[in-house]
Amino acid sequence: MLAFILRRLVQALVVMLSVAFIAFIAFMLFQFVGDPVTNLLGQDATEEQRLALRKDLGLDQPFPVQFARFALNAVQGEFGISLRQGRKVSTLIAERFPATLELALVAAALALGLGIPLGVYAALRRGRAIAQVLMTATLFGVSLPNFVIGIVLIWVFAVELKWLPSFGRGEVAVLGGWTTGLLTLDGLLHLILPAFTLSAFQLTLIMRLVRAEMLEVLRTDYIRFARARGLTQRSIYFSHALRNTLVPVITITGLQLGSLIAFAIITEQVFQWPGMGLLFIQAVQFADIPVMAAYLCLISLIFVTINLGVDLLYFAVDPRLRIDGKSH
Amino acid sequence: MSALQRFFNGDVWHSFRSSPVAMLAAGVALVCLTCALFAEVVAPHNPFDLATLELLDSLKPPAWLAGGEPKYLLGTDGQGRDILSALMYGTRISLLVGIASVLLSMLLGVSLGLLAGFVGGRVDALVMRVCDVMLSFPSILVALMISGIARSLFPHAPDALAFVVLVLAIALTGWVQYARTVRGSTLVERNKEYVLAARVIGVGSLRIMRRHVLPNVLGPVLVLATIQIASAIITEATLSFLGVGVPVTSPSLGTLIRNGNDTLFSGEWWITAWPSLTLVMITLSVNLLGDWLRDALNPRLR
Repeated sequence: MLAFILRRLVQALVVMLSVAFIAFIAFMLFQFVGDPVTNLLGQDATEEQRLALRKDLGLDQPFPVQFARFALNAVQGEFGISLRQGRKVSTLIAERFPATLELALVAAALALGLGIPLGVYAALRRGRAIAQVLMTATLFGVSLPNFVIGIVLIWVFAVELKWLPSFGRGEVAVLGGWTTGLLTLDGLLHLILPAFTLSAFQLTLIMRLVRAEMLEVLRTDYIRFARARGLTQRSIYFSHALRNTLVPVITITGLQLGSLIAFAIITEQVFQWPGMGLLFIQAVQFADIPVMAAYLCLISLIFVTINLGVDLLYFAVDPRLRIDGKSH
Repeated sequence: MSALQRFFNGDVWHSFRSSPVAMLAAGVALVCLTCALFAEVVAPHNPFDLATLELLDSLKPPAWLAGGEPKYLLGTDGQGRDILSALMYGTRISLLVGIASVLLSMLLGVSLGLLAGFVGGRVDALVMRVCDVMLSFPSILVALMISGIARSLFPHAPDALAFVVLVLAIALTGWVQYARTVRGSTLVERNKEYVLAARVIGVGSLRIMRRHVLPNVLGPVLVLATIQIASAIITEATLSFLGVGVPVTSPSLGTLIRNGNDTLFSGEWWITAWPSLTLVMITLSVNLLGDWLRDALNPRLR
């Protein structure tokens, strides 16, 4: 058990270090090409001034020392100053983080809340017209590019029907340092279209998964036995069958939470949602290296944490892994 | 029998002829491919020839709607460009980037997978660890990261370089799938007798890998490549939609969708609808073809 956790931890650490290293290399190359010393001092600076600034910035240190300093700052959430906006990167990210997290969590809730019942329905009413329509619809959910779904939703619900807003977060409530759109009607209305767009892929994934798992489980002996015992249909379907399909569904959803945050980049661009993804895309467009580095390190941290969490969860849930772990 | 005759009498062709979905998908893909390849001949206008653009003709709706002109079948955009022609040229760029990046990632992935599977040991462990790390991030994020770093290093790069960066960014996210597939099959093939026989008669490792093992592991790669073309086209379109893809001077489908998205609110839906529809049609048909090919090449399903 301990060895397994340790191995996973070391693996996670290696991933984090390599991502930080890539971000650092980008930083270094950028300094090499962009020459920040000249940028800061101008062309007329004397050689002494340049040397003094290089020393101040730590650019005269050997490579490993510079990386260690970068990593140490990164751990403390310090990535310097945005080249485009001239503000501290950590503040920028902290401002944008709540918007992205809220969008991703609502999308995950939508995917689970709609995907599971629809999947169960499609499994129980297999072959009926509505179930067929649902399954065909999932094919589109899987193969349509995310931004196309967003554009279609905007066109139908915002432009033609004029039911829902399609731009930004609307009115948000401020709780301490945290902003949320969940507490105002305007904020909720603004959340609907982006959340649906972001959840479309996961929703179809969960629906297909639940349907397949349900069909599999319904064929097993214990369901037949439950029928023989004379239990009601509802009790068989929901407390016997569904419960066993939920383990893979929950692990997949857990793993997908990271993807939701990453794919929020696209959704945020379509709906001009003021989150981290929009910040990142603007950073990529304007070659704002500090913001890019910070976003990459943060998102890797989220991914690594989720993967580690799911691994540990597996370990807790599946006893076979424990025996496997010993033989390794 | 010639190779062509053998193909037409073979299982794959038979399975193709008996699958309406595959034939429809192939038809759609073929039409798109022809329009893209011969855009100069097929397209009614040249969207890049600024001299033929008339601002008076801008924002015309499709021909069958009020205000539309038969000259512009699918309407025009804000600069008076014919959308149908822009679509054909855009499809060409999308397909070009998609196919180029798939070829590159296939080359990279197959070589690394073959090497990892055949040599084993530390090489294998290293390649597989890198694969694991790559797989734990969504491909769009990796592509964005590569494109962003390249963008910051060469801020004033010429357009040709932007294409190279884009193809590299997509290829570097796609190779993992090939490497894993090929490594798996190579591990099996490596221990077969024909490899041993080749070794006994003194054939070198490189030659064994290239001439003996490689042809035997390429089957699944073919299926993977078909499906990867669809996802490469989507990745390209997404990057271009986000404004970090192809240069604006040579718009792909993603760029066209991005441009049209700005005018969606003033009611000009056709500027963004047609390229979106084209993109969906292409990716859907390529995906369906890939699914069919997977079933057709799978000996267990015959």
